Amino acid sequence: MVAATTSDTVLPSPGGTVLSVLRKPSVLPGFGLTLGFTLAYLGLIVLLPLAALALKAAGLGWSGFWNAVLTPRVLAAFQVSFGLSLAAAAVNAVFGFIVAWVLVRYRFPGDRIVDALVDLPFALPTAVAGIALSALYAPNGWIGSLLMDWFGMKVAFTPLGIAIALTFIGLPFVVRTVQPILQDLPPEEEEAAAALGATRWQTFRRIVFPALLPALLTGFALAFARGVGEYGSVIFIAGNIPGLSEIIPLLIVIKLEQYDYAGAAAVGMLMLMASFVLLLALNLLQAWMRSRHAR
Amino acid sequence: MHAKKAAGFAPALADSRWVKGLLIASALAFLLLFLVLPLVSVFVEALRRGTDAYWAALVEPDAVAAIKLTLIVAAIAVPMNLVFGVAASWCIAKFDFRGKDLLITLIDLPFSVSPVISGLIYVLLFGLHGLMGPFLKSQGIQIIFAVPGLVLATVFVTFPFVARELIPLMQEQGNEEEEAALVLGASGWQTFWRVTLPNIKWGLLYGVLLCNARAMGEFGAVSVVSGHIRGETNTMPLHVEILYNEYNLVAAFAVASVLAMLALVTLVVKTVLEWRFGAELAATRH
Repeated sequence: MVAATTSDTVLPSPGGTVLSVLRKPSVLPGFGLTLGFTLAYLGLIVLLPLAALALKAAGLGWSGFWNAVLTPRVLAAFQVSFGLSLAAAAVNAVFGFIVAWVLVRYRFPGDRIVDALVDLPFALPTAVAGIALSALYAPNGWIGSLLMDWFGMKVAFTPLGIAIALTFIGLPFVVRTVQPILQDLPPEEEEAAAALGATRWQTFRRIVFPALLPALLTGFALAFARGVGEYGSVIFIAGNIPGLSEIIPLLIVIKLEQYDYAGAAAVGMLMLMASFVLLLALNLLQAWMRSRHAR
Repeated sequence: MHAKKAAGFAPALADSRWVKGLLIASALAFLLLFLVLPLVSVFVEALRRGTDAYWAALVEPDAVAAIKLTLIVAAIAVPMNLVFGVAASWCIAKFDFRGKDLLITLIDLPFSVSPVISGLIYVLLFGLHGLMGPFLKSQGIQIIFAVPGLVLATVFVTFPFVARELIPLMQEQGNEEEEAALVLGASGWQTFWRVTLPNIKWGLLYGVLLCNARAMGEFGAVSVVSGHIRGETNTMPLHVEILYNEYNLVAAFAVASVLAMLALVTLVVKTVLEWRFGAELAATRH
């Protein structure tokens, strides 16, 4: 602490003496300025508006809040959003794992282009993805017409369409969390297993897959979390029938358009709490992932 | 990263040929179905009535207004988050202080919030029936259903992009070079401009690129605060929605194709940056 006060008297750092209690000594300037700006910006852009949501929802009172949230339509929307996000994340866990495996372990013509293309759902605006998917899977679309003719299956404007859009949106998450871990996997363990007489499948099941499981679950959870909040890519293909194919974000928009601000805030608050629980679970998963690979 | 794979594995460790073939085929089929076909269909649908109809959809006044508005919003939101990202990563990466982990979590927070909620919170704060609505109305200031609301919603959803690229990069680079510059008599600003900025420029560009792509393409958050006034508060993604709901498919896909090209350019630049400066950006890949 003595060192901290001396360095602060030498360097012109705004509020330096107060901040020296907070931080360890450093000769670099600008701590007070940048931390002050960061906190002010974070507070104004993120924390204050989020507090407004909490305040508006709290204004309903305990019973008012639950009355606004526990309606059949809201509960159905939660069921649609969470259920279909789970299904889409599961599809992505399987195929995302295969894509990551193929990209890391095999070489084939165009593999680097495929690698770059995986990030398309991050880069493509969600509204563009939404209209493209709904045109593809509509009964007269390229894929929709085939599914209709072959299986008599309707995809666009049904819950299945929502799952398709959420699969598109969540695809990069699993690939991009599994890929680096698979890349850094030391070959020694696999070599040892093979040398000790394990078959390739045994090696994969007992050695490789357990090492990748934390990353796979993290990718799954990220895709799931993204799916629950997704709006743009879903609403075009969903059909948006209340109780059947209406997602929570759309219900919030509908409540806002009807000037039901309190109702929108209540549903939004519940969704925000769900996201925080997911975020917490994700942090625990990532801690587990780090501890596994720190060995 | 590609040199390492396969080469190190003896035959007994490699997957059999049919397993390999099957996995590559299913991976490619999945990506073709979910990534390539949607992308191709955007351009096919846009050119369905020929290039004249395509061009007409892009130069009509409402489309031009939407393109302009998208550029204006991004031109304000991206530099704001750029300055914030540099400031935040400077104090987080260069100094040790209590509560740093909490600060990083809070900076990442907007990524875990639904886009619709990102718009909703500003409506609840600044809307006509919002907490500050009556005050703003008495002052004659309009934020919701106007450009400031679009900018705020866009800033919120793109908030973490630059910071989360720069924090791990600057942490990895350490403080030695800056300390040397200061010892040699450089001022704080000189040290930042001459030492730190050249070190982080590719990571910074990477973050700005992703930030810009999201800013121009954002739909959910801006849709809530926009009010959908044609020619006034419609950004390109919102214009796409209106055209699509009016069954004006060729025009909707024409405007969408411009956004798709923006996404493709973003991907190409991003990939080039990763190939050329992979080592510098490695820390930033999650």
